[in-house]
Amino acid sequence: MRFVWFNLMPWPDLPEDFREKYRSVWVDIPSALYDPTRGHEVYNTYLDQLEFAETVGYDGLGVNEHHANAYGLMPSPCLMAAALARRTSRAALVVLGSSIALYDPPIRVAEEFAMLDVISGGRLVAGFPVGTSMDTNYAYGRVPGTLRERYAEAHALIRRAWAEDQPFVFNGRYTKLRYANCWPKPVQKPHPPIFIPGGGSVETYDFCIENNYNYSYLSFFGYLRGRRLMDNYWQRVAELGADDSPYRAGFAQSICVAETDAEAERLYGSHVSYFFNRCLHIYPGFVDAPGYRTVKTIQSEFLNQLTRPNLGAAASLSWGELVERGYIVAGSPETVRQRMEELIKTLRVGNIMCLIHMGDMPPEMTRYSTELFARKVMPHLRGIWKDYEADERFWICPLAERAIPAPIAAEAAR
Amino acid sequence: MSARSYLVDVAQGRRRIRVFEAGGGRPLVFLHGAGGVTEDSPFLAALARRWRVFAPLLPGYGDSEGAEDLRDMLAVTLHSFDVVDALGLDRPILVGHSMGGMIAAEMASVAPREVERLGLIAPAGLWLDAHPVPDLFSKLPHELPAFLFHDPEFGERMLTAGADLDDPKFLEAFIIRNARQLAMAGKLLFPIPDRGLAERLYRIRARTMLVWGEGDRVIPPAHGDAFCGGIAGAELIRIPEAGHMVIIEQPEAVVAALARLG
Repeated sequence: MRFVWFNLMPWPDLPEDFREKYRSVWVDIPSALYDPTRGHEVYNTYLDQLEFAETVGYDGLGVNEHHANAYGLMPSPCLMAAALARRTSRAALVVLGSSIALYDPPIRVAEEFAMLDVISGGRLVAGFPVGTSMDTNYAYGRVPGTLRERYAEAHALIRRAWAEDQPFVFNGRYTKLRYANCWPKPVQKPHPPIFIPGGGSVETYDFCIENNYNYSYLSFFGYLRGRRLMDNYWQRVAELGADDSPYRAGFAQSICVAETDAEAERLYGSHVSYFFNRCLHIYPGFVDAPGYRTVKTIQSEFLNQLTRPNLGAAASLSWGELVERGYIVAGSPETVRQRMEELIKTLRVGNIMCLIHMGDMPPEMTRYSTELFARKVMPHLRGIWKDYEADERFWICPLAERAIPAPIAAEAAR
Repeated sequence: MSARSYLVDVAQGRRRIRVFEAGGGRPLVFLHGAGGVTEDSPFLAALARRWRVFAPLLPGYGDSEGAEDLRDMLAVTLHSFDVVDALGLDRPILVGHSMGGMIAAEMASVAPREVERLGLIAPAGLWLDAHPVPDLFSKLPHELPAFLFHDPEFGERMLTAGADLDDPKFLEAFIIRNARQLAMAGKLLFPIPDRGLAERLYRIRARTMLVWGEGDRVIPPAHGDAFCGGIAGAELIRIPEAGHMVIIEQPEAVVAALARLG
């Protein structure tokens, strides 16, 4: 089992009446709510937390890409990974941006990922999300009906840019390069492991399975609701005749650990509520621009949310409801261990993206939960897939000898 | 007057589209807006009382196929000429509503000698900072009647044909149809319905009628003045008690305005 400590980097100061006053946390939320001075502290705190996670034993540090989003303050995940590359030494840098259809020309992503892989000595996990409709269509203006074609072309360019040893001509529909020439090139060969965050479309399953890319379901709604989607994924793996290594798959889960179940609720309740009720307050009109999804993947489950009664009834979920429905795995180390074991086995996933910092959770509390999970839960889950330990296709392969950042001059002189 | 409905091969079989045809007399091609057009449209019936009307459905609408090859404005403009050819027509009167008006105006700009009479009903295609076109794509179904119609209650009845907008089953079909149609429309209209038409308007030679609902909340009536100023000799007629769906709210008044084209 591998555990990635993931920080969404939410803005922690959304007002209490946020749901009533604003229609969405994403796309059209006024940036007047952002305070750069406070932001300085917030970014640095979040980076501290990611670095701390490495010291207590997490396998990877996760960052992702969102735009015009108050619960995800990483328009550029590569910048965050670059900051982490120098202050960490062992963990994988799991960059679940970059949204490759958003870069012009997309060889920029090949270059930036190569830089990260070289700086970190081969610790990069390269994520190629399509990106949500909020990010790609509404915030970045990409035409929904051609987004996936653009994505496919960007993917082909990046893979080829990493593989070729000579400049080549790339004549795409969206990108035309007379001299496609990626300097530097990644350390990991033939390329860094590639993770694709998915949301249930059959085309993405096939794309991952055929290319041996990890398929990661980054849902905020927990493993009970994620079950059907992952079942469909594994069914497709079988249909295509691929092996069933659990390392093909990942799942994001919100996790809160304390000494007891009661302490978990007392400590984390308000922060979890902040996340689900303020951070996930998204205007439904932004969720799915027409043409973003293929018609066959539009599910009635999603459509039901758009009827007027349902829109009005978006009531706050209680702690008990969130736990019971599996949105969060929370409680004592033993409670969390049991549910995580159930999650890992039922979804058949070798990678957990651990969402431990929740909403406006303060740093000490985040470290407490992070450390308890690492020390009292992770060791019991480590061996679940020990039959597949030799499978190295879906993880980093760092250089054996990696550079250590030199002490800065003032420290050295002391 | 009942419409005929048939499929036509376009562009040497590259695309196959649905066409509604009705009426007699001088041929008129009607290009529909982002919401499409149905065979029983009262507006088509009103047009058919005066002209021989052809209403092709753009790929992505109804059972018209071939949307994947139509990626941008030029492709759709040329496709629409291919449709005129496939129908065996020679310089028909060209009328378009909303997105269809944008396409018709592009056709008249790109090939000014091919378009002699042009009717633009609340056409998209321009951008005015002082009169922005709201974001059509993020609207929820229940927001559409008030957005599209002068009279929202009438609009809801028209949009749903009596069904309940809060019935999940109806909503599912509605949203799937919308997704397919607007995926195509988005190639011309998303995120801003401006593909450079303003730079080409001066090329139009056609006798041009512009028709606008006075209460249009989708494309503000000020766009009518901008079109009028950009096309030599164009005439603008505003229609009271009508929103963007002026063709449904006041079909006879729209036809009377278009009749000035001859």
